[in-house]
Amino acid sequence: MARIPDERPLNPKPEVIDAIGRLLPAEAVLTTPAELAPYECDGLTAFAQRPMVVVLPETVEQVQAVLRLCSAQGVPVVARGAGTGLSGGALPLADGVLLSLAKFNRILAIDADNRTARVQPGVRNLAISEAAASCGLYYAPDPSSQIACSIGGNVAENSGGVHCLKYGLTVHNILKLKLVSIDGELFEVGADALDAPGLDLLALMTGSEGMLAIIVEVTVKLLPKAERAQALLAAFDKVEQAGAAVAQIIASGITPAGLEMMDNPAIRAAEAFVHAGYPVDAAAILICEVDGFNAEVSYEVMRVRELLLAAGASDVRTARDDSERLIFWKGRKAAFPAVGRISPDYYCMDGTIPRRELPTVLNRIAELSAQYGLRVANVFHAGDGNLHPLILYDANVPGELDKAEDLGGEILELCVKVGGTVTGEHGVGVEKLNQMCVQFNSAELAQMHAVKAAFDPHGLLNPGKAVPTLHRCAEFGAMHVHHGQLKFPDLPRF
Amino acid sequence: MIDIQDQDAEIALVEQVVAAREARVPLVIRGGGSKDFYGNPVGADRQLDCSAHRGILDYEPTELAITMRAGTPLAGVEALLAEHGQQFPFEPPHFGAAATIGGMVAAGLSGPRRPYAASVRDAVLGVRLLNGQGQVLSFGGRVMKNVAGYDLSRLMAGSLGVLGVLLAVSLKVAPQPVGRMTLVQEQSPETALGLMRRWARRSLPITATAWLDGRLYVRICGSEAGLAEAHAIVQGLPLADADDFWHDLREQRLSFFTGDGPLWRLSVPPATAAAELAGEQLVEWGGALRWLRSDRPAEDIRAWAKAAGGHATLFRAISAERLEGGVFAPLEPVVMRLHRHLKQAFDPAGLFNPGRMYPWL
Repeated sequence: MARIPDERPLNPKPEVIDAIGRLLPAEAVLTTPAELAPYECDGLTAFAQRPMVVVLPETVEQVQAVLRLCSAQGVPVVARGAGTGLSGGALPLADGVLLSLAKFNRILAIDADNRTARVQPGVRNLAISEAAASCGLYYAPDPSSQIACSIGGNVAENSGGVHCLKYGLTVHNILKLKLVSIDGELFEVGADALDAPGLDLLALMTGSEGMLAIIVEVTVKLLPKAERAQALLAAFDKVEQAGAAVAQIIASGITPAGLEMMDNPAIRAAEAFVHAGYPVDAAAILICEVDGFNAEVSYEVMRVRELLLAAGASDVRTARDDSERLIFWKGRKAAFPAVGRISPDYYCMDGTIPRRELPTVLNRIAELSAQYGLRVANVFHAGDGNLHPLILYDANVPGELDKAEDLGGEILELCVKVGGTVTGEHGVGVEKLNQMCVQFNSAELAQMHAVKAAFDPHGLLNPGKAVPTLHRCAEFGAMHVHHGQLKFPDLPRF
Repeated sequence: MIDIQDQDAEIALVEQVVAAREARVPLVIRGGGSKDFYGNPVGADRQLDCSAHRGILDYEPTELAITMRAGTPLAGVEALLAEHGQQFPFEPPHFGAAATIGGMVAAGLSGPRRPYAASVRDAVLGVRLLNGQGQVLSFGGRVMKNVAGYDLSRLMAGSLGVLGVLLAVSLKVAPQPVGRMTLVQEQSPETALGLMRRWARRSLPITATAWLDGRLYVRICGSEAGLAEAHAIVQGLPLADADDFWHDLREQRLSFFTGDGPLWRLSVPPATAAAELAGEQLVEWGGALRWLRSDRPAEDIRAWAKAAGGHATLFRAISAERLEGGVFAPLEPVVMRLHRHLKQAFDPAGLFNPGRMYPWL
């Protein structure tokens, strides 16, 4: 796999840097290698590319001016929030402007009566809940990077998190966006009300990975903090039993606030790291959280406990208090760094499958893991079928990164095969362009390109991301057939 | 129990769209005709009847999702879901016995539960669509956590058929509550709004609210213990035959909705003060939805809604005169342009429901 998967012919226009310099103060325009280096990749560190220039506007007018200029000069633009994305959505272009929204970091208004917050895109996800706490409100979507990730990035990726089973994805938790088009025009989608006239452009913009317009303001819904939350930790001797327990909980009519599963490798790694008291011999554990109205929580905890035992759990623990509840979660939340401790590198995958396919998929992942000679630990948002296989590898061993990526690709294709999708919450970015060729046919991809053209006919916003060209798919299809026999050359594609 | 017949009429629908394209004849997309009253008049005579394309394609209760052909009767699907203790979280109005799944999604109308659970659009997981080039395309899927590509399936919710023909839809379903109760208390509109505002700041198990005729109605759901605790907080007297009340509200069969005068739908921030607009009002969605029977000029009603941060739709009107610009609130120029471009992207020949959403689309 090429390190820089952009197919576009490069067309650098360095003169635009001077023009930008006339629009923004000097400190908002970064040009030296040392200044550009921190922006060369996002959370997908295997892909790196220094941009031509980084701009850090502070006002909407500055964003508009930069986009008008780039549009007139034909210069591509990649937007970036906190740079925590895991699919390379903010990977810069060598001939492009990296537009950082980091200075858009103010919370503009909190409306406790209407339960909304109006914030700038660079505001950290958790900062919204922190600001709303004094009103007894919070912002529900909680991706695990929430102490660092930006709300603008969350909207661009339609981020989820552990609690999205009950509280929804980003698209379910926002009301309105202010955006700037590639032509520099300011417009709004959504409304301060629960719906808006015309087509649902709010839904279309959410998850559009910086390809349709630049977000400059987000109005989010705030929810009342749950009166009470309670958690259970259950151990299972067989993954199938854990999967059946999940199905039974869902079928019972309870919607847990969170329902997470970890397999044995993930349990062992987490326990070695945080000592949360996880049962290290269990084939799988389930962590189930219920929250809400006090009397309802008591009922649901009792019911969930019964169901877990009926499904064959070898042990079920109910948190005695809030601090024990947080300990139950500690290992799950530390799963990724825990895995990072036992391996020089790891590659976090993200796919969704129908829940009933979990035992099949986990068995097949175990087979592939043996085949490739790479360990895999699995963490699973059991409630909604979103799977995060963590592939352990050592980048210093020649060829191991490629093997890890190939194994990841096969896992994603397996997700599609069983009726799921290649990305549950991390987005496509550059990472999953090839797998998009598996999930969608050429007419579907062409329709997506047509939608993109409706907003950005010259393809200047984040080109080369999210939706592969038909040419790329044709190439990938040919290489895929010869997988194992054909090396992927590091040559520019054309 | 309504029999959901299994009929695959996809090929016929594709052929009709291809023929319409070749003949340059626009189409009216129709399921059961239950939403005929909603929106603007369509500039087309030839009908594309989707009601023959029906059947359940996939339903596993533990996956909390159901996939159906678009012509499947809504009543039949709801009966099937109820057999398994499930329901659509958005409590959709039917507005007619022949209502179909496709019409429900295309109209995008949600019922009393909407603000407490989800909207139609929220519940869309995936669609199979027939576009204006006669191509059959699938977007989204059958799972909620899915961010592969643009969210074209949710874009179809509320699109009134102007982008394409829905052939099949996957929707999220929710469990039916263990128990439910509706409480009624006499309140002025201002007090009612204040109560709904305060309750919304707590995690109470409310699943519907309505104020009309000096009375505030609140539906709460949960276990026996939960209902008792919630009752003590919300107060009011239990309403007998409450399901009928919410059903009649949803289907607009209450006396408030009868008669020939215009019915306006005002979608506003929930804490918006009671409207000082002459005419009868009915409040739903914790204050976020206001129905208004009024002969006031459209500009006045639209101006009030806009000032409040929302918008106004002329939901029903029996009138020879059509509102200039259509029944839906006008769009800003940039957004209008994006609408035209998106229409071009899906339906370049302008085959589907021309004029239904806006006269210019």
